[in-house]
Amino acid sequence: MKILVPISKVPDTTAKIAFTDQNTKFATDNVTFILNPTDEWYALVRALEITEKDGGTVTVIHQGGADSEQFIRKALAIGATDAVRIDSEPTDAFQVASSIFEYAKDKGFDLVITGKETIDYNGAQIGGMIAELMDVPYVTLASSLLIENGKATVSRDIEGGKEIVEVPMPCVIAAQKGMAEQRIPNMKGIMGARSKPLTVVPPANTGYTKITSFDLAPQKTACKLVSPDHVEELVRLLHEEAKVI
Amino acid sequence: MSVIVYIESIDNKVKKSSVEAAFYASETAKLLGIEAIAIALGTHDTNELAKLGNVGVSKVLHDSNTKFDQFDTRAITKAIAAATAQVDASVIVISYTQNGKAIAPRVSVRLQSGMVAGAIALPDLSNGFVVRKNVFSGKAMANVEVLTPKKVIALTPNSVQKVICESTAVVESFSAGLADADFTTLVKGVEKVSGTISLTEAEIVVSGGRGLKGPENWGPIEALAKELGAATACSRPVADVHWRPHGEHVGQTGFTIRPNLYIAAGISGAIQHLAGVNGSKVIVVINSDAEAPFFKAADYGIVGDAQVVLPKLVEAYKNFKASAH
Repeated sequence: MKILVPISKVPDTTAKIAFTDQNTKFATDNVTFILNPTDEWYALVRALEITEKDGGTVTVIHQGGADSEQFIRKALAIGATDAVRIDSEPTDAFQVASSIFEYAKDKGFDLVITGKETIDYNGAQIGGMIAELMDVPYVTLASSLLIENGKATVSRDIEGGKEIVEVPMPCVIAAQKGMAEQRIPNMKGIMGARSKPLTVVPPANTGYTKITSFDLAPQKTACKLVSPDHVEELVRLLHEEAKVI
Repeated sequence: MSVIVYIESIDNKVKKSSVEAAFYASETAKLLGIEAIAIALGTHDTNELAKLGNVGVSKVLHDSNTKFDQFDTRAITKAIAAATAQVDASVIVISYTQNGKAIAPRVSVRLQSGMVAGAIALPDLSNGFVVRKNVFSGKAMANVEVLTPKKVIALTPNSVQKVICESTAVVESFSAGLADADFTTLVKGVEKVSGTISLTEAEIVVSGGRGLKGPENWGPIEALAKELGAATACSRPVADVHWRPHGEHVGQTGFTIRPNLYIAAGISGAIQHLAGVNGSKVIVVINSDAEAPFFKAADYGIVGDAQVVLPKLVEAYKNFKASAH
């Protein structure tokens, strides 16, 4: 079993969001980056569990500059077999997905597992784009994944419930909570990660879109407090002032 | 030329998010001086499809092949591409719901068209084709220019306020030309929690957190939700300890929602929770801790025990409804 796990680095949830260059670039000064949580906790760990049980390899692939290597090494320390870095800052989802596809297309991957979405651009696009480029099935919001007889059985969230779907492999699965438990790399893993293979490849494509500018969400005005003894006042405000009921 | 919108139905009714997407498509079509056409796949009520005329759609293409009722992202993508070719669509609108997130990126690749994932406003055509979207979990917005001739717009639910007109769309039968071999996703079972309001589409959401102290205390949350016609939600710790189903978890690792009104009871408002709800138009926070960070993100607040405040709120709302009618 050969599994590919695309991993992204994102600003930590608590990072202060600000922009530079006339609001055209995200200001990365003093921002702590982390591996995207659903990529690390769910996609990568489930891939490792599958290969630990059935044998095989887990390759992590990341698009970013040389300063991304610490995140790639972390994924290797958690247990990935080898890693690929696409040597370019991402411009848009299509550029990343098509670069991943360009690397992966002749390597015989049986399965690609991504996280549900990144916490920076919240696009949830990479998995679907890779699936279409590979012309294979794609299942999202997967909270469990079993591999048997060349088929993937996935529990997927639907509106107000879950459904169990089966797709032939190869396929692309987007993982969310429930899929696996976060693993903390141990000292042996961290030492071993230093000598695991990391291939650097150029990006394959340009993007289809471009961010022309950013702006910060408007600040909320101060919260209006209502006495717990006069909750009818809240109902009045919601009706007359906020006009939401 | 046209703008095409992908339509989904649930229980034989067009989904609210799809009606919004259809309205968005027809407004975009007006900006471009072209018509808005819908594509519906699988089982739909054609009378319901015809009602899309109310939001400005002129024609609905309907491929009634029931194989589409199994949610197969590859097959649906092929069908949308076939419809796009048939009506020469330059813009493809898909609601960015759970299903839309699985389809829109595929459509983008198949049609070699740039995609805006999670649009929150109509395109600005004054300088290219620029669409606004939320980024950094709602802490900022980005203006995204689509550089390709065709464009895919994945619309965040509850982003546009639709205007209804008296009109009917023509429903035309359509064949996307798919063979049985094109369908490879097999649905083997469904566990449905029936009768609940879709969390991502709901206009009002009532949510509970650890401050409620136990799953047995959810009665007032459900009672308030019922009165308001709202969906129920919860914070991560509550889903983690299985007080509530995971499908109710809103926040960074759960669902992102943007209802008109979000009422949070017994939730402190950790930044990971805010990431999932800060797109809400109005936020009400009920918490016994006056220092809870959530009050900083709230429009209205009540400092008090949710167990006491919620039943009062249910009564107050009942009285309001009684006096309003």
